[in-house]
Amino acid sequence: MEKNDSIEHQEYFVNMGPQHPSTHGVLRLLLKLEGEIVHNVEPHIGYIHSGIEKMCEAISYPQIVHLTDRMDYLSAHINNEAVCLCVENALEVEVPERVKYIRTIMAELTRIASHQLWWCAFGMDMGALTTFFYGLRDRETILDIFEETCGARLTVNYSTPGGLMFDIHPNFQKKVKDFIVEFRKRLPEFDQLLTGNVIFQERTHNVGPLSLQDAIAYGVTGPSGRASGFSCDVRKNHPYSAYPLVKFNEILDTKGDTFARYKVRILEMWESMSIIEQLIDNIPEGDYQVKMKGVIKLPEGEYYQRVEAARGDFGVYIISDGKKNPYRVKFRSPGFSNLSALNKISKGFKIADLVAIMGTLDLVIPDIDR
Amino acid sequence: MAFSIYDFNTLTSSIHHSLSQHLSPTGVMVAEWTLIGISFLLFVAVFGLFLVYLERKVCAFFQQRLGPMRVGPWGLLQTIADFIKLLMKELILPNRADKFLYNLAPYIVITVTFMAIAVIPFAKGLQALDFDIGVFYVTAVSSLGVIGILLAGWSSNNKFSLIGAMRSGAQIISYELSVGMALITMIIFAGTMQISGIVEAQRAGWFIYTGHIPAIIAFFVFVIAGTAETNRGPFDLAEAESELTAGFHTEYSGIKFAFFFLAEYVNLFIVAAMATTLFLGGWMPLHFGHWVGFNHAMDFIPPIFWFFSKVMAVIFLIMWFKWTFPRLRVDQILVLEWKFLLPINLVNILLMTLIVLKKWHF
Repeated sequence: MEKNDSIEHQEYFVNMGPQHPSTHGVLRLLLKLEGEIVHNVEPHIGYIHSGIEKMCEAISYPQIVHLTDRMDYLSAHINNEAVCLCVENALEVEVPERVKYIRTIMAELTRIASHQLWWCAFGMDMGALTTFFYGLRDRETILDIFEETCGARLTVNYSTPGGLMFDIHPNFQKKVKDFIVEFRKRLPEFDQLLTGNVIFQERTHNVGPLSLQDAIAYGVTGPSGRASGFSCDVRKNHPYSAYPLVKFNEILDTKGDTFARYKVRILEMWESMSIIEQLIDNIPEGDYQVKMKGVIKLPEGEYYQRVEAARGDFGVYIISDGKKNPYRVKFRSPGFSNLSALNKISKGFKIADLVAIMGTLDLVIPDIDR
Repeated sequence: MAFSIYDFNTLTSSIHHSLSQHLSPTGVMVAEWTLIGISFLLFVAVFGLFLVYLERKVCAFFQQRLGPMRVGPWGLLQTIADFIKLLMKELILPNRADKFLYNLAPYIVITVTFMAIAVIPFAKGLQALDFDIGVFYVTAVSSLGVIGILLAGWSSNNKFSLIGAMRSGAQIISYELSVGMALITMIIFAGTMQISGIVEAQRAGWFIYTGHIPAIIAFFVFVIAGTAETNRGPFDLAEAESELTAGFHTEYSGIKFAFFFLAEYVNLFIVAAMATTLFLGGWMPLHFGHWVGFNHAMDFIPPIFWFFSKVMAVIFLIMWFKWTFPRLRVDQILVLEWKFLLPINLVNILLMTLIVLKKWHF
């Protein structure tokens, strides 16, 4: 018998998930442990695979929009916008300025709401249970604004190819401004409760470092990629909607550890607020929709549109054969690529660190499985 | 039956007298043991349920919500309803679990808490056991609880439970040292291990005041280590929800889970009661040197009330930890103990010895 087979050196396999509190959904991780130390993480995905890409082949373009917010439900509006932009660009339709402004404001509100929920869940992963209620308290205001704007709180479906479903509610501007004022006061509370805590700092610094090379190699985008210094913000690099009109900083960090990923997200909330503030008072008058044909048919060809979703670079790739439904649709979801780096960065750390690392990668499982 | 709320000796001796009129000496002993047992059962059940309710309310207020409000006024009956639910649940034995150890574990945990509670002085004369090694007995008994946790984790045939149990073992064995050292510091100061003697020695002033610097250090070390020993947040690694689902009691259901749950809260009470007894004067009222009127007014409040208000204050402190701090990692928890608390404690014991020898205390 070899030495490695003896009782002391036996590897310990643990199935973390598909039902586990900190996988935030039905992700299954096959862990190879030695005591508390993680030697290998093998993600098994597909437990909530819903065949969205295949379904898209059977439905028309405006209908595809409705499926996209079932993928990354926390950045629903941004996903909707991606499909709408893709279809609009293919048809060479120019949407009114008003639509661009409103879409951008909604996208940034979605980003804040998503980061707030991430913050709640991350606190819970770290064992600080109170964070959950602080984050959700403030997120509620955003969801109320969504509800008043389009009737839905989570899966908004507010964008359609060619514009928006409805015009904004008369209260929209006032409520968003009130929210910004309020949240500017409350975001420091997040720091007081969690960021400054000694235990939290000890738990996150130098845990799960992702180097710039690895971030690029694995295609880790969004706040997780930017924490490693990967300048991957689609809003900056390939501006769309109203982003060319606003001034904002791309939050970059160089350390790439759990704390850097945490910090980037917190700072992004500040940036999102400043973007909204620049736009909210200047929403131009005009139509909220351009007249589109009853049946939208894209000209034959291939179309790709990237947007910056809350978790990173979200892409829509449509191949059209000129019919009313696409020949093939492929979504490039940020969660899938971000998950691929998990094994690389969590090797050699403890189970508790794995949970923290997974928390800062901010995985949404339907986004991965689609 | 003569009875004074200021001195429970009157109550116990009158019960003893009336019993010995009717029963033989052996009969009296058996009857008294039974009475003590029943009152502890009642106390643990009622106070345990109350602590669960309190925790839910405290945590709710920390989290800007109301907590249980539906069952009974202000949700007072919520925990009772929960326990009725737990009683009615099916007891599931996991596949290929070690049946004997699996069933034994919750009883060890709950028995140990009952054993520890026996020496707690609730008020003057209200203490079931008063040895000359009372403090030593508490540390000895409370460290038995880890056996139950280890058994639970081992016998459930669940990998998460096993990890939880191993963490718990490492943690409790380490923090047992700090608890013991903090107690030794106070024993040096008190000069006795008898719990009633320790309380009596604090008649003039609570130890946290009379023992000043080393007593305050020992108090904080004791509260931190006590929190760790009860497996509560931020030291709740053994049942770390986000990592190990529920840790060592993942596979337990129904009343067996309730035993673990209840034992956790009774342990919380024991830690708070020991902190109260050793540092905050036990059931002694608050006295200030020569403020005769004030002291007299404080004496008017019954000792049992003093005891429970101090215990509640410590329990609130420990709950405060749990609802604001993130959880420590397993290596950090051991670093905290072996690299910080233990050296501090050792120096503290020397300091206390010096103070006692030089009579620098108040």
